[in-house]
Amino acid sequence: MAANPMTQFEVYRIGPEIKIGAFDISFTNASLFMVISSLAILLIFNLGSKKNSLLPNKLQLLAELSYTFVSKMIGDTAGSKARPYFAFIFSLFMFVLFCNMFGMIPYTFTVTSHIIVTFMLAAFIFIGVTIIGFIKHGFGYLKLFVPSGVPAVLLPLIVVIEIISYLSRPISLSVRLFANMMAGHTMMKVFGGFVISLGIVGGWLPLSFSVALTGLEILVAFLQAYVFAILTCIYLNDALNLHH
Amino acid sequence: MIKKIIFQSVFFSFLSLEKVFAAESGGMPQLNPEFWISQIFWLTITFGILYLVLSKLILPKISANLESRKSQISDNIEAADKQRDESDAKLKEYEEIISKSKNEAKNIYNQSREKALKEINAKRDILDKQIDEEIKKAEDEINQLRKDAPTKINKIAIETASELTKKLIGAEVNNSSISAIVDDLSKRNGEKYYGN
Repeated sequence: MAANPMTQFEVYRIGPEIKIGAFDISFTNASLFMVISSLAILLIFNLGSKKNSLLPNKLQLLAELSYTFVSKMIGDTAGSKARPYFAFIFSLFMFVLFCNMFGMIPYTFTVTSHIIVTFMLAAFIFIGVTIIGFIKHGFGYLKLFVPSGVPAVLLPLIVVIEIISYLSRPISLSVRLFANMMAGHTMMKVFGGFVISLGIVGGWLPLSFSVALTGLEILVAFLQAYVFAILTCIYLNDALNLHH
Repeated sequence: MIKKIIFQSVFFSFLSLEKVFAAESGGMPQLNPEFWISQIFWLTITFGILYLVLSKLILPKISANLESRKSQISDNIEAADKQRDESDAKLKEYEEIISKSKNEAKNIYNQSREKALKEINAKRDILDKQIDEEIKKAEDEINQLRKDAPTKINKIAIETASELTKKLIGAEVNNSSISAIVDDLSKRNGEKYYGN
């Protein structure tokens, strides 16, 4: 196998090349795992909501626990005004979580380890939240950059910092997820390579590291999906309840 | 059908994996913009469909399921509370009836007892009175008899004495002298015959 741990992130075409104008929109392995993740989510939640029994079965319990988990997360961070965006945040959380988790299966492709994917999600959230903020508060939304209780001397500096921090939100949001996934998978690949190169004698140590890392990466996969969703909630909270 | 396609594509992806690994490439594949448009396109499609189906079909169903369970549970609790209240009320009613009937029974017992006692007393009074009257009457009669007895006896004695003297001596004796003797005798010996 290839020694380069970065080859696992290669995107390649599956099937024919599809072009719309100058744009190449061919179906790739990344697209495949987006489709697989979405279908898995839809399948699980469809089966989990089909029957309504007083004592839920395992799938129904899973679906309902996820529902209440995300619902509680939104309620705690963004309040009741965020109710209309529940479906979006739920889809976002589930999509990122399933992409991360599918990436943990050997020989699969991790959709979220690509900056373009996470950046698109983050940019969409950033633009959406900004639009919601301006719709809700008009130009009063700009007060977000002017925190109350700051001495007038410091105000210009603070406003500049606030604006920079606001504009860097999509970058930090996307890079956090992308870097975590990429670093984790690269590390697992590196340790896996050590197992092969050290052979039967010295390979046990990196193998045990690899096993431990797999557990850690599953935790990270969940945690990063959670962080992604909760930061979206926090940004939404800023836009909905303007108090700085 | 869909399964078959997915299986085929997964299989195909494994086949092409070798090709990729064979072609050594430097740097981060993430920064290669060759498939960026494709990834954006497919992300939009898959995430869009996921969002639409979840928000329009699945999440409302889960929400309804949760709501219905919640309402069913609260309904059941309410019904249980209601039934408990009802049974409490019934129990109270029952106890009231029992205590009421107990009181009634006591009252009836007391009343009849009083009545019976009263009747017995009244009857005894009447009987006592009658007995007293009878005794009084008898005593009166005895007294009368006792009062009358000496005069009658004197009369009889006088008559007997005059008859006896007439028969014995054949002489008519004056009644008044005889009565004087009898009176004298009765006065002397009266106590011997009439007691007291």
